[in-house]
Amino acid sequence: MLAFILCELVYVFVTADVQETNQVKDAEGQTHAVEEERQWEATEVETNLSLTDTPSDNEADHVQTYDIPPPPPAKYKIQEAAEEERRDSLETNIVDVPSDKVAHVSDTKKTLDDPPPPPEKDRFQEELVIRPLHSGDTYARNKGKEFDLKLYLVSHYQLFPKSLGQVILKFSVSELHISFTQGYWRTMQWGQPFLLSPPGAELWVWFQDTVTDVDIAWKELTNVLSGIFCASLNFIDSTNTPLGVGNVTDQRFLRSAVLPREIVCTENLTPWKKLLPCGAKTGLAVLMNSEKFFHSSFYSQALHITPVCQVRCMYIQSSDVSWELRQTLNVVFDLHSSGQEWSLFKMFSRTLLLTEACPLAFSSKVYVDVTDNPQVSNLTLATPLLSQAVVLEDRRTYSVYDLTNQATFGQTRSLNMLLRWRAAENMLRPLLHGERYVAGYGLQKGEIHTLVYNHHTYRAFPVLLLDTVPWYLRLYIHTLTAPASVATTNPVSYIHYQPSKDRLQPHLLEMLVQLPPNSVTEVTVQFERALLKWTEYTPDPNHGFYVGSSVISALMHSVVAMDTNSTQERRFSAESSYFMWVYTEPLLVNLPTPDFSMPYNVICLTCTVMAVGYGSLYKLLTRTFQVEELGIRPFQCLLRRKQSIFCRFQWGEFTARRGSRSQQAVIYL
Amino acid sequence: KHWSPHGPSPCPDELRLMAAPLTLLLIVAVTIRAVLFRSSLAELIPERVEVVSPLNAWKRGSGIIMMSSYLFQTPLIIYFFHFVIDYAEIVFMMADALTAVALYLAVKDYNKTVFRKQKYALEAERYPLDCLELIRTPKEMYYIPLKVAMFYLLNPFTILSCVAKSTCGLNNAVIALFILCTVKGSSLMSAIFLALATYQSIYPLTLFAPALLYLLQRLYIPVNWQRSSFWLFTTQYTFMYLGSLCVMVCLSFFLLSSWDFLSSVYGFILSVPDLTPNIGLFWYFFAEMFEHFRLFFICVFQINVFFYTIPLSIKLKEHPIFLIFMQIAIISIFKSYPTVGDIALYMAFLPAWNHLYRFLRNIFLVSVVLLACSALFPVLWHLWIYAGSANSNFYYAITLLFNVAQILLVSDYFYAYLRREHHLTHGLYLKRKDGSEATLVLK
Repeated sequence: MLAFILCELVYVFVTADVQETNQVKDAEGQTHAVEEERQWEATEVETNLSLTDTPSDNEADHVQTYDIPPPPPAKYKIQEAAEEERRDSLETNIVDVPSDKVAHVSDTKKTLDDPPPPPEKDRFQEELVIRPLHSGDTYARNKGKEFDLKLYLVSHYQLFPKSLGQVILKFSVSELHISFTQGYWRTMQWGQPFLLSPPGAELWVWFQDTVTDVDIAWKELTNVLSGIFCASLNFIDSTNTPLGVGNVTDQRFLRSAVLPREIVCTENLTPWKKLLPCGAKTGLAVLMNSEKFFHSSFYSQALHITPVCQVRCMYIQSSDVSWELRQTLNVVFDLHSSGQEWSLFKMFSRTLLLTEACPLAFSSKVYVDVTDNPQVSNLTLATPLLSQAVVLEDRRTYSVYDLTNQATFGQTRSLNMLLRWRAAENMLRPLLHGERYVAGYGLQKGEIHTLVYNHHTYRAFPVLLLDTVPWYLRLYIHTLTAPASVATTNPVSYIHYQPSKDRLQPHLLEMLVQLPPNSVTEVTVQFERALLKWTEYTPDPNHGFYVGSSVISALMHSVVAMDTNSTQERRFSAESSYFMWVYTEPLLVNLPTPDFSMPYNVICLTCTVMAVGYGSLYKLLTRTFQVEELGIRPFQCLLRRKQSIFCRFQWGEFTARRGSRSQQAVIYL
Repeated sequence: KHWSPHGPSPCPDELRLMAAPLTLLLIVAVTIRAVLFRSSLAELIPERVEVVSPLNAWKRGSGIIMMSSYLFQTPLIIYFFHFVIDYAEIVFMMADALTAVALYLAVKDYNKTVFRKQKYALEAERYPLDCLELIRTPKEMYYIPLKVAMFYLLNPFTILSCVAKSTCGLNNAVIALFILCTVKGSSLMSAIFLALATYQSIYPLTLFAPALLYLLQRLYIPVNWQRSSFWLFTTQYTFMYLGSLCVMVCLSFFLLSSWDFLSSVYGFILSVPDLTPNIGLFWYFFAEMFEHFRLFFICVFQINVFFYTIPLSIKLKEHPIFLIFMQIAIISIFKSYPTVGDIALYMAFLPAWNHLYRFLRNIFLVSVVLLACSALFPVLWHLWIYAGSANSNFYYAITLLFNVAQILLVSDYFYAYLRREHHLTHGLYLKRKDGSEATLVLK
């Protein structure tokens, strides 16, 4: 069995409204201050902070950081797909997490305006989550950072990276999500990840409704971000930006694009690291060794900027909005060479030692998943600080190491730990899973097969399948089939299809598919491969063209989510339903290619044929039939007589020979 | 005298005699198509790039009808198929039959006119004496309409096009009806069908000139710029044509309530954005074209189609039906998305020019090349797309050869026609000044 470790690094920046304390190690004091602050100002209504009363605030904090996953674009699209009621429920359930402080806002706005706003403190927290994966992988979720930033007209940046703050202000961005992923998350072997992202680069942005021309803003923003992250986001244009239902809802302010071709490497990690307040100098970021990271099975770095505000985040320009920046880094290490044993040194690097927390961090913690009872031995500390935390709707047990506590590091002044685990016996199988492949042979046509698995034993539920296919695969939408199973007569109840426009717009296909319990639903659609202009091919045309992952999203009821096979696990008990989505594999499709060495030849040959056509018709149109006479025709020569002595000579010759009827020289002039 | 004075006069007996073979022919043609529709080939043929183009592919079109969205079909035809989508096969077979019958009647009527003219000329003794062997006899003209219908219906190209449900068959039917109405002298119907054909695919615009010439000729109005009757009729016909075109475009607008179809249909035809291989000259040329020359060459190639109208009309102003043939042939060679269905239409006219056979110079070579190319298209396509052992250049080479052969064929017929006309005025056996036997050259 392969051994993988998932490590996840999350940095969370939250604005702390504390004035008097700089870095409070005492959680107690911090929460009190926060409470105080909120009463005084009541601008911070993040559910994060509202729960931090108990001393065990680790847990609560933690829950919330996972609770608000940035929804993918598909989430917003499910709204139009589902009927009105469903839409309402979705909105209340997912979009508007903080939805209870309406009165507060209106009150506090005034109080805010009257006194000059106090200098805000950004809050920054970092976490590292390490989890052995069920196929043996270890998933190190190097959980990034979360800022909250209040952007005033004259911004004062403390921890929040200025480059991003300026981007938000300049382009009036209300929400921004960007991810760079190398490799494909194998849901069936590794289970649900904390945060999903499709292979390649993904960017999606909500603009504020003050933006007049969204397309121009989008174009400029992609170019700016391309510079910030050293990525080819500048390849995002209208051909890979699907447009949903245009002006109906706020969706005209939403733009999203996936670049499945994007290759993620060190040059993307370095700018990402620079956004951290401590850089890679200290804190958990010390562990970020690109040499190790890019030898992994899966690597994903992401950055999410979301506004945190009281009501619906409708008035983003108003000053009561704070921004949350969350930087996450997910890496799956393949440790099969070292057996089922793992340590911090082995996973990251021996030379980069974790010796202290980032001094700017509000909290800095390492979580190790011990749910499946692996043996954890802290090499430096005798007694690990065991506590429980709930992560991603799974009740899991973690041992938590608080880096802000000097005792964690012990005598050696560096943290290391060793983990041994047994092969996991039963994994909580993900209920929803998708696969996709291209069928057919030859370069003329093909068929995209999308398989959607429902692993629930008795419950059927609908999913929304969202496909964005580039224009050069011409989908024959009438060949779309989703074979009806025994349980459902017609699994597809809703289809929204936006046809492509050549070189302008991709296909957008959305389907609401009913999944019978414990079933596989196969959706197929045929396509034809287009021949492109020779300049439109990539430099390696025979490698093929990538088609981005399709998104399968569903609204799962918590009862549905409960797996009956392993009843001890119950997901997300707090809410009645939750939103989840999975990505399928990207596709690699070959297109017919012209001969790239031929342009001159082709231009010459085709023009020759045209000339043959033109010439033969021209000859017949302009000339008349005449009896072929031998000898020189005098009249033509007469016309040129003035010009040419030679002609005169010939004329003379002709007249001389005329009588002799010699037919030797046939000269046509 | 070698010719019989009575023409193929349409007595009822004769009509009945002729109707029987035509009916038989129609039955045979429909049977072949019906069998092919039921066979496994019905799946294969619509995939062939030679048979369908993005403009007329049923697969694309039907998808669009289902999703009631836009694509490169004109709105009216989409609307039409809303009603008959379940009977599509019958519609396409009927379109072919209609084309054949229309061509049959048109050629029959045209032959009658030709014969009458020939008779008058003979009576006026306008033909040189040695031209008697060029005079067409009723006996050889008798079967020409049937042959035309047969050439259309039993042409493998037409059959393939019909089985592929290419809307090219419908366009052909419209053009055939236009020819029939023109020959019958119904200027209104002729204008309407011409407008319909233009509406379907811009290019039949060039048929305006021959139709006008024919109708003028029929009404004995000389083409003379000073004559008011000429201008009157021209204005009238132009008005009818443009009027019906306007009505169609406006109807489409009311159907869709947007003008998008103009750019998506005509823009698509003229700017050639879809480079799917076909038998024409455009696809590979523009796939390999340098970006900054693209617009220039698109203009050149498109103008090329329309360019020949005026000189041909001047040259052939006495022979409008041959002009129609020339125009259809030029369109089908130089249009942006040609298919074999377009070729089938002008090939159907070849029996009508039977009498030119003795003047054709390289008919054997051209027919062999056309046959060989038709066989090689699928072979090289397979090698390129499926086997991967050839590349695009192979298929491209065959399209080049195929087009050269077509050009030679058309120019050969043009040459033969002009030459026959020359002989009819100057005598068949020309002598040089010195009395020796002369050869005729183009100068």
